[in-house]
Amino acid sequence: MNRNEIRDVLLEIIADIDEEADFAGLDDHKPLRDQLDLDSMDFLDIVMELRKRYKLQIPEDEYPELATLSSCVNYLEPKLRHI
Amino acid sequence: MTAMTTPSTTERIVITGVGLAAPGADSLATFRANLLAGKSGVSTIDLRYMGTHPAGLCSFDETKYRKKRENKRGTRAGCIGVYCAGEALADAGINASIYDPARTGIYVGLTEHGTVETENEVYNIGQYDYNVDYWTHHHNPRTVLNNPAGEITMTFGITGPHYSIGAACAAGNAALIQGVQMLRLGEVDLALCGGLSECVGSFGIFASFRAQGALAEHADPSKASRPFDLQRNGIVIAEGGCLFTLERLDQALARNAKIYGEICGYAINSDARDFVLPYGPRQRECMHLALARAGMQPEEITIINTHATGTKQGDIEECQAIRETFASSMGKSTWVNNTKSHIGHAMGAAGVLELAGNLPAFQDNLVHPTINLDDPDPACDLPGLVRHTPKELSQVDAILNNSFGMLGINSVLIVKRFLA
Repeated sequence: MNRNEIRDVLLEIIADIDEEADFAGLDDHKPLRDQLDLDSMDFLDIVMELRKRYKLQIPEDEYPELATLSSCVNYLEPKLRHI
Repeated sequence: MTAMTTPSTTERIVITGVGLAAPGADSLATFRANLLAGKSGVSTIDLRYMGTHPAGLCSFDETKYRKKRENKRGTRAGCIGVYCAGEALADAGINASIYDPARTGIYVGLTEHGTVETENEVYNIGQYDYNVDYWTHHHNPRTVLNNPAGEITMTFGITGPHYSIGAACAAGNAALIQGVQMLRLGEVDLALCGGLSECVGSFGIFASFRAQGALAEHADPSKASRPFDLQRNGIVIAEGGCLFTLERLDQALARNAKIYGEICGYAINSDARDFVLPYGPRQRECMHLALARAGMQPEEITIINTHATGTKQGDIEECQAIRETFASSMGKSTWVNNTKSHIGHAMGAAGVLELAGNLPAFQDNLVHPTINLDDPDPACDLPGLVRHTPKELSQVDAILNNSFGMLGINSVLIVKRFLA
């Protein structure tokens, strides 16, 4: 998967959590929680979905890597490059 | 029993709003129309491991009071509860400017909770070789026993007490009794109470009734729920919910509220003898206790809404208890019906849905019929049992609602026509 594909997957997962999520004007470098109606349980949903789809185990101390869309992609790119 | 004293208007508790989701109905008006028309709400469900069985399923506007994402995060019982709560509050014309949300209590009767969610999660991790890393973080908030009531508080910003009452299939009545008591104690000013059931989502509940020989089967699902009929062969499991707004009479009158009826008597007792088998003599005692609390004689009850579920022994036990209690008035001033014949057994919601379905009788003076009673079991013979078509009376003064459950819990609620 390339960076764009990873970004699309993340948006797809978020849209599945909240179908009313508005991605227009989303700044990839600002925290997702400041821009979308997401709470800590939603982030755990994202982690779980990545685990189910790609068998990715994200350690709890690495959750901060998921703060922004670009940090998510940076973090996931090496893990999903071969998928 | 001590002698009755006339309760004051702060001790008199009235029903001022009804919100419900029943098989085949998403409002009291539709529910009542179905009951009077003898229209069954039972269909079928195709359930994991179980195949297709008769079941009572509800269809209502699930996003009327909260978003789809909240329904996804929460439980089916929570979803039904939020809808029922919103409908009850709207029906009663109550908002936060009328009653302080901190002085509002939510008391929800549940037969069980968490079975559906646990089964689903076990199935889910089965797809991942039972690796518990795939067990959802939503499991605990979904399965704590206050879940449905708690989901209601979050949607409506109600900050008073909320909790569940576990009382098997007597739970709906038990929650109403809790509401009455909390209002009388002055703990709250508004009680939102009733019962909810999401049981149709659990293969285990179906399988357990089947193992017990108590799961109804019929080629035509609308005919599967048939209490008192010789061909009855068990329970039709249903989902559903019904919540009432209860208020002290003085406050209801002060705000000129619509009053459905007054809860004037109640009782709960225990058989103390068997895990599943009902026991008529204790049910009779329970009815006598409720009548005594209401200061009423048996002949003053106009409608007995039976608990009967369509099991062989359960129906017979209740009929015997009713015959002994109402020997002098049945078929004269007292009439009997059964709501489960229309909607199946909504478990924790059963008692309150069945009460709600009969409340309009205070206005239309009709006793809704028992359906599917084509070949009455002589052992269930009850003079005054209304079947096939509604019975019109000159006036309905009081409804006695029976609701019994496993582990031998019996509950009786008496609601009378409101007279100032």
